[in-house]
Amino acid sequence: MSEERPAERGPAHSRSDVLVQDPNLPPVAVDPGTLAAEERRWPPAKIALWVAIALLGGVAWSMIALVRGETINAIWFVFAAVCTYLIAYRFYSKLIENKITRPNDLRATPAEYKADGKDYHATDRRVLYGHHFAAIAGAGPLVGPVLAAQMGYLPGTLWIIFGVILAGAVQDYLVLFFSMRRGGRSLGQMAREELGVIGGTAALIATLTIMIIIVAILALVVVNALGESPWGVFSVAMTIPIALFMGVYLRFLRPGKVSEVSLIGFVLLIAAIVAGGLIAETSWGQALFTLDRTTIAWGIIIYGFIAAVLPVWLLLAPRDYLSTFMKIGTIVMLAVAIVLVRPEINVPAMSEFAGRADGPVVPGTLFPFLFVTIACGALSGFHALISSGTTPKMVHKERQTRFIGYGGMLMESFVAVMALVAALSIDRGIYFAMNSSAAATGGTVEGAVAFVNSLGLTGVNLTPEMLTSLAANVGEESVVSRTGGAPTLAVGLAQIMQGLIGGLGMMGFWYHFAIMFEALFILTAVDAGTRVARFMLQDTIGNFIPQFKDVSWRPGVWICTAIMVAGWGYILILGVTDPLGGINTFFPLFGIANQLLAAIALAVCMAIVAKQGTFKYLWVVAVPLTFAAVITITASILKIFSPDPRVGYWANNFAYRDALARGETSFGPSPDVASMEAVVRNTTVQGTLSIVFVVLTIIVILMAAIATIKSWRSGGGRSAEEPAVVSRTYAPAGLIPSPAEKELEDRWNALPVDHPHLHLFHRSH
Amino acid sequence: MAAGEQALGRVRAGWQGFVWYVKAVLGEDAYQVYLDHHRRVHPGTEPMSEREFWRDKMDRQDRNPQGRCC
Repeated sequence: MSEERPAERGPAHSRSDVLVQDPNLPPVAVDPGTLAAEERRWPPAKIALWVAIALLGGVAWSMIALVRGETINAIWFVFAAVCTYLIAYRFYSKLIENKITRPNDLRATPAEYKADGKDYHATDRRVLYGHHFAAIAGAGPLVGPVLAAQMGYLPGTLWIIFGVILAGAVQDYLVLFFSMRRGGRSLGQMAREELGVIGGTAALIATLTIMIIIVAILALVVVNALGESPWGVFSVAMTIPIALFMGVYLRFLRPGKVSEVSLIGFVLLIAAIVAGGLIAETSWGQALFTLDRTTIAWGIIIYGFIAAVLPVWLLLAPRDYLSTFMKIGTIVMLAVAIVLVRPEINVPAMSEFAGRADGPVVPGTLFPFLFVTIACGALSGFHALISSGTTPKMVHKERQTRFIGYGGMLMESFVAVMALVAALSIDRGIYFAMNSSAAATGGTVEGAVAFVNSLGLTGVNLTPEMLTSLAANVGEESVVSRTGGAPTLAVGLAQIMQGLIGGLGMMGFWYHFAIMFEALFILTAVDAGTRVARFMLQDTIGNFIPQFKDVSWRPGVWICTAIMVAGWGYILILGVTDPLGGINTFFPLFGIANQLLAAIALAVCMAIVAKQGTFKYLWVVAVPLTFAAVITITASILKIFSPDPRVGYWANNFAYRDALARGETSFGPSPDVASMEAVVRNTTVQGTLSIVFVVLTIIVILMAAIATIKSWRSGGGRSAEEPAVVSRTYAPAGLIPSPAEKELEDRWNALPVDHPHLHLFHRSH
Repeated sequence: MAAGEQALGRVRAGWQGFVWYVKAVLGEDAYQVYLDHHRRVHPGTEPMSEREFWRDKMDRQDRNPQGRCC
């Protein structure tokens, strides 16, 4: 790329350069010169600290990547991840800040100049970090890494850690910053502004389709975890009355007592898990709560519809509190347990399936399928919706976006690393018995043992006793073909936790605790996802039939909710009844959809960076965008055109069609004609969705490329940023304030609350 | 003795900080935030009561749903 263009100091920037703050207030920003001097100063202690971090990280990476012992200790994964995150945060995100975002604390954020005390309000950076993290982290980073563990520990670890620092965290940070500069506008609005009508519409359709597929696959994960599991069904079902009780409590008994009711809810939840164990042992409990997967799927569909039309206060809000409470608590618990227990991992760095396309967990070769299997945790397009949703409206000072956007995503990546470690710590034979589809194992212990031992994996010698005793320990009828990642993670977590608290006798509790918290995240995502998608659909239909825009018009709400639920419900039922497995055939679509959304978000960011005229550092966005585009498009092309029926949807479709045309009555794992017809139907849906996704991706990326080239030719473009308003408040940028920041913060804290100039801005409007 | 008291003070401050953080992350301080804002911007007018505020907050969420991530 060429040198930086003069337009870099275009109108938008010069305007903020002349911002003059109220002279009666202490400075609202640390002097940039002082900040730069602080950063340039490297006293020996600071050098020693960073050398130590780099050395520890280096040692950890060599243990993981180079040393080939029998086993490797999980603690090295933690060290490698944390040291790499620290270095990337300190140096790479700083580069992005200096060269691309260039935040200016003289400028007020939307939380300040649009302050309404409700949606827009300046929030303490540490609190907002927690908020943002709770909103972006869900079941995604817990599921993908578990499935990718079939390729060995190294590919997944490398992608989670390097993917996040170069792609995922960059996307989250840039979207948050650009949305904040635009008054908290959504990704869809920014896409329309930057990419024009065609690009914007393609982005909207893509987002809607992606919502449907993501909700469907998440629901499939829950169904697979709860099928034939009376304990799981009972305790997860109990979350509904618990949430309803919490909702009524907050509405009528003690409004606003959020932490109190969350604590009550948490205690009830634990009671529900314990009670589930007792009830699952009784004959009536087994008769009542042992449900097959299709029944559970229908239950979730009906639940999804009702939950999305019920008022927020009754079900969604209280469950959201509970889920935030559980999320932060459980993740801290898992981190502490891994550090204390330090499990040994005896999975090879690169497994037999890394170079082959016939992995039983998810099919396809390492490139590109590793990168779509692990989406959340490395690069998740869904985050762009959060980073352009509530968070930008609550940022106190511009310089804090690096800590919240980039730093928040690093934390999610760390969750993914821990999920990977938990999945790797269980026996490999058990891992494959749990994650191979029932089409391969027949769903029986004998079948699973025969299948797994026939895979010819080194060091794997599965016995029936291993499977039956594990099932007994976790309180399940069987652990064979419990696909979807959640049960495997639950076993991993239960093994680690029982080593710390309770021993084998507590393993069932820990297993169901893990299932419960994953189900809780997913049910919240199902409900919230349906609502957001319905809202988008109402808005779109409203362009033709204005009445649909009225969100309190009940028929419109019901019709649009029903359409969205029918969309994901259909795919869920297909997944549950898929003769070829379900998760293994549908999960790639989930990853492709998520990475596609990431490509859209990064494309929007690239167009914005080009408009700013920052061409010298365009690679910071262009590299992850190219990578996301290449993996999504390659994976889609393989899913559409691969002649290998295990990988290509259409190849499989044609093979089954031909078999039916020849009059065969069984084919592959399908024992009868009905099952063969089901495969034809499912592969048609999957193949069509793949085509839709790849076409939309190509349109959006093309539009972004055109917008970028246009900006390059003219040396930049008109910025869609809101006009700069001068700030009247101050707060430090990162977790720990620098000396200059601390000093300034103290000056602000020393101001009397009724200082006459403190709130002038607010009174003026 | 003084050292013990100091340590106790630190523990108490740490606990208070923890409680503040958990409440803030869960969003329990929303009403206080609204009240502070209201007093500054619309002095002399009556703010919503706590009950009214939470009802209004939930109704706003109904009209403007926010995503939760996967």
